[in-house]
Amino acid sequence: MLGHSKMTTAGFDVAIVGAGVVGAACALECARAGLRVIVLDRDPIGGGTTGAGMGHLVVMDDSEAQFALTRFSCSLWNERGVELPPEVEYQKCGTIWVAADEVEMAEVHRKQDFYSSRGVAVEVLDYRQLAEAEPNLREGLVGGLLVRDDSVLYPPCATRFLIEKAQQQGAVLRLNSTVASLGSHGPVLSDGSVVSAGITVNAAGISSPQLVAGIEVQPRKGHLLITDRYPGFLNHQVVELGYLKRAHSVTSDSVAFNVQPRKNGQILIGSSRQYGNREKGIDALLLRQMIRQATEYMPELKNLSTIRAWTGFRPATRDNLPFIGPHPNNENICLATGHEGLGITTSLATAELLVDQLLKRPSKIPYEPYLPGRSGERRADA
Amino acid sequence: MIEQRYRTDILVVGAGPAGVAAAFRAAESGARVLVVDDNPQCGGQIWRADSKKALDKDATKWLDRIRDSSVKFLGGLKVFDRPEPGVMRAEGFDQVVACRFEKLILATGARERFLPFPGWTLPNVTGSGGLQALVKAGLPIEGKRIVVAGSGPLLLAVAGYLKERGAKIQIIAEQTRRFDLVKLGLRLLKCPKKLQQAFDLKMKLQGIPYLTNCWPVSASGRNAVESVTLQQGPKEWAVSCDYLACGFHLLPNTELAELLGCRIEKGSVWVDEFQETSVQGLYCVGESCGVGGLELALVEGEVAGWAATNLKEKARERFSERRKWRGFAAGLNRAFELRRELKKLPTPETFICRCEDVPFSRLQSEHSWRSAKLQTRCGMGPCQGRVCGPATEFLFGWKTESVRPPVFPVRLGSFVPSSAGDAPAES
Repeated sequence: MLGHSKMTTAGFDVAIVGAGVVGAACALECARAGLRVIVLDRDPIGGGTTGAGMGHLVVMDDSEAQFALTRFSCSLWNERGVELPPEVEYQKCGTIWVAADEVEMAEVHRKQDFYSSRGVAVEVLDYRQLAEAEPNLREGLVGGLLVRDDSVLYPPCATRFLIEKAQQQGAVLRLNSTVASLGSHGPVLSDGSVVSAGITVNAAGISSPQLVAGIEVQPRKGHLLITDRYPGFLNHQVVELGYLKRAHSVTSDSVAFNVQPRKNGQILIGSSRQYGNREKGIDALLLRQMIRQATEYMPELKNLSTIRAWTGFRPATRDNLPFIGPHPNNENICLATGHEGLGITTSLATAELLVDQLLKRPSKIPYEPYLPGRSGERRADA
Repeated sequence: MIEQRYRTDILVVGAGPAGVAAAFRAAESGARVLVVDDNPQCGGQIWRADSKKALDKDATKWLDRIRDSSVKFLGGLKVFDRPEPGVMRAEGFDQVVACRFEKLILATGARERFLPFPGWTLPNVTGSGGLQALVKAGLPIEGKRIVVAGSGPLLLAVAGYLKERGAKIQIIAEQTRRFDLVKLGLRLLKCPKKLQQAFDLKMKLQGIPYLTNCWPVSASGRNAVESVTLQQGPKEWAVSCDYLACGFHLLPNTELAELLGCRIEKGSVWVDEFQETSVQGLYCVGESCGVGGLELALVEGEVAGWAATNLKEKARERFSERRKWRGFAAGLNRAFELRRELKKLPTPETFICRCEDVPFSRLQSEHSWRSAKLQTRCGMGPCQGRVCGPATEFLFGWKTESVRPPVFPVRLGSFVPSSAGDAPAES
């Protein structure tokens, strides 16, 4: 941790605004590439969307571009899984997508085709196998899809781990620094001083539109609950397939059954999505809907002791893909924002694609779908 | 799980002396008054029923009053959420209660402050009031050797009670300076009632060493506490014991008030002269708006009970008495302020957050309550930071954060009304 007072630093190659998981991953990737990098945040490490979320590392199939990014990033997490310290609580528990009816079961088979044809290990579960895998799911469900290599982790500690690795390779971290705007010579702090940097990376998540004009990122509010410890109650991240139908509606509030086991036996219960609500407080009505939805799928949840409820805001874009790359109107500014609920999953891939572009290296997957200058039309299926 | 719905003019949360007095006075005007408390009976911590010992005159008077009044009492309920303005939800053993109200009086009391030192998490190391409650609930204590330590007048009251019940009090260790206690003693001269109480206690505690400038530096034992090391000035020595009853004065329970948006000042709920908080129609009485003891709690309760039912002139008549007890309370709280040396008690291995097993060493590199929570999960366990929050505030100067529902851990199902559509009849 550094404690420079006024900025008089000779200059950095890259200044990253935001010490969330995306900023942290970018810092590490920059430092590894030999760039002089500084990370700025007004809040603690992982104190924004990162700290409010679940930490589900998941391969998604909303679109080819989303699949490519999530899959690439999950493979990076899997490679690094071995070196993550215990407090990151990395667990390869897999995801089960639950089908409640035959229509959703057809979706299970469609997903199976999609994933297996692209080399992702999946397994279709019939109702018996589903009950065996998750005995606390209600009876009468049709089946599910198990994605074996999906995993979970505890985001704030994962973020600190990335930042500290970056620091070991020369990166500078400065917290309690409020960035007011992004100038062409680097971020301008609230006291008027400038952190001089060749490239500024806007990784400020839901705050990113306030730092520079021309970014369309909207806060999408979510609620979560956490229970006391019930080891063995839940074995996988379990998500209803109906989630896909509802989660991407941009017009109305939605809830979905989405639960995650923590290593210590606690259970995280989600999820909700709301546009246009910037209040941090709990929305009692939506919380109730979310609980009803969760107990509908897993009735025994209602008898578990709940310790806490909280809210967070996901930085959402119109087409559900993040912005990774140069700002369309300012070549000194790069964006790494708009990851909605997939920031933890896609942070590592984001960092690689960003540094590939900065250094004009070949990238492992095409970066064009995530360029901030893309048309940004909302896709029909999203 | 049954869901009960109630509708009332005045809802009182907490049935200790302040809540009882508030409820009784509010009911005088004919208003419907409902009191809820997580204990099965009225009386709070201080008037907690004890099968082997009759309550004193004051307690009997007020508890009789409330029993003979129109006030409705619901015990065994923890108030945990306000799902919408004017409604509180509470959870009991086998029921959930939703109560709609016009005005709300919070009398949520205080809890003991715990400070971490090596061995404070051993079995049979309890709070001082905590041990008293256990004995009242049936823990056999006769012949047990007990060290009472920490700070505040509660230590003496607890020691007196335990002695009466046959325990052998080894020593009472009070961290504050003798000088501060003498100053407080001089104040007592102006309060004959308090002086009498102090005198009675002194007689009861005859023969038990009461040391000031003295505090526990560690506790040890194999399966439970066997010995406590005390420090007084340069002197350090061990005292063997079966229990260590240790609490460092009291802290207002402000969580529910915070959830409701009330302004908090210096750790207590802010109130105006009529005990109304910064939220209109919401009153706060007793220890939650400043630790002040029984007499202050009663008079604050009366003021709020009357004020909430528009009997403001009656409320005013109590202002001078309240002023007197507030003056006394201020002196009391000054006398038992924590000394800085207590910050040095934890060693790197000492758990600060006992829910999540977070040792002191892991917190030293953090810079705020928020970053400590995020990185170490300190304060994230079932006590919701009630123990480690105040401890870290003392140790590191951290400020805890906003309160979210549930205010107490509850079953997930308790959040959700039993029937989504039609509401059952409200009583």
